[in-house]
Amino acid sequence: MAHEHKLEIFRGLLKFKSNTQKIWGVLVFLSIVTAVEVALGISKPHILVVNSFLGMKLLNWIFIILTLVKAYYIAWDFMHLRDEKSSLRRAIVWTPIFLVAYLIFILLFEADYIYNVFKDGFVTWDF
Amino acid sequence: MDSTVTTSTEESVWGGGNQPLGASYGKLMMWFFIVSDALTFSGFLASYGFSRFKFIETWPIADEVFTHVPFFHGNFPMYYVAFMTFILIMSSVTMVLAVDAGHKMMKNKAIIYMFLTIIGGAIFVGSQAWEWATFIKGDYGAIETRGGRILQFVQADTGERAALADFAKTIPSERVDHEMRNGVWFYKGEALPSYSLNEVTEGLKSNPNILIRTETINSEGEKTLLTREQSLAKIKDGKLVVEGANLIRNEYGSRLFADFFFFITGFHGFHVFSGVVINIIIFFNIILGTYERRGHYEMVEKVGLYWHFVDLVWVFVFTFFYLV
Repeated sequence: MAHEHKLEIFRGLLKFKSNTQKIWGVLVFLSIVTAVEVALGISKPHILVVNSFLGMKLLNWIFIILTLVKAYYIAWDFMHLRDEKSSLRRAIVWTPIFLVAYLIFILLFEADYIYNVFKDGFVTWDF
Repeated sequence: MDSTVTTSTEESVWGGGNQPLGASYGKLMMWFFIVSDALTFSGFLASYGFSRFKFIETWPIADEVFTHVPFFHGNFPMYYVAFMTFILIMSSVTMVLAVDAGHKMMKNKAIIYMFLTIIGGAIFVGSQAWEWATFIKGDYGAIETRGGRILQFVQADTGERAALADFAKTIPSERVDHEMRNGVWFYKGEALPSYSLNEVTEGLKSNPNILIRTETINSEGEKTLLTREQSLAKIKDGKLVVEGANLIRNEYGSRLFADFFFFITGFHGFHVFSGVVINIIIFFNIILGTYERRGHYEMVEKVGLYWHFVDLVWVFVFTFFYLV
């Protein structure tokens, strides 16, 4: 069991007095991020929709990055990975990240290939 | 920095009782489970991404599908899902507070926070059920073409979606739904939709204000709207009236969309449900003083890990199913 809590978030920018206070602080942060996501999802700023990076809209990149930020704070502060030994933390975090990145790479490339087969093939799909 | 591996003395390396990761057996096993479950969910979400990239030009737009809020009429894209997300994060917070209270051996505080966590989980599962019911019922209705594409209807003057009931003609027909109570012996047939294909087609022809919207997404990121002439030509491809959603077809667009919706949110909902059940067991154990007698509240911490994991998965489902 981890007995001491590390009370700093944002790389020491924000330091809390107690663990309870840190939990509420993280909640406020996560709520703000969710609110930003929903606001962007409803307003869909034109500039973020028409421009894309690596075949995906900028808006979707923003969503994915904000999701990873949220995931980080849930894992680090709610699941208290911040207080665990770094060896345990690395084993838990990097194993899935490696496998999932590999899976996503393969599946999305394959899907894009099939999309092109549907599009450029001599078979009509819309009738 | 933390040290990676600690073995205090050479003798005890083979003697057992080492905890090189500084975590108890139970907690490590919970982490094992969480990592493997995370891979399962990643498999689901990655295959969702696969299907979506495969049909990137025709996939339904989520905030046109999930527009309902209980007790309110109107178009509120994603408000309710955002509320559900907030509820789940909030119940995660009460769970951490319960773990924190457990560390300090404060039984009564742990009881209160566990109770709030259970309530949050129950609200979430209930909301999920409501989402499913709304999704299955559908709201506008659509036509499926011979090629399996979905045609939706739009009012030309307002640009808003038109429900089948708004414009379909009523034409008397002999076909009735075959049900058990109408006869003992009958041939099974497809269930009748509220309006037949013929009624919808005639309604479209006689109502100049109705246009057809296809599945194809244009460069603006919106569904393509056909002109009046194109609409009248397109309706000839129609084969079936689709209302709501099931595992075979749905009125929102690509067939796989509903399948993934049921599968991914269903699997997550099942996790939340089992999480609530486990939380209830732990809740009663705290009340009975089991952990007080045991001397530590590590069980609360382990269940907490599972509960946060469910929250973590929802953050990803929310992004990939509703936002992106």
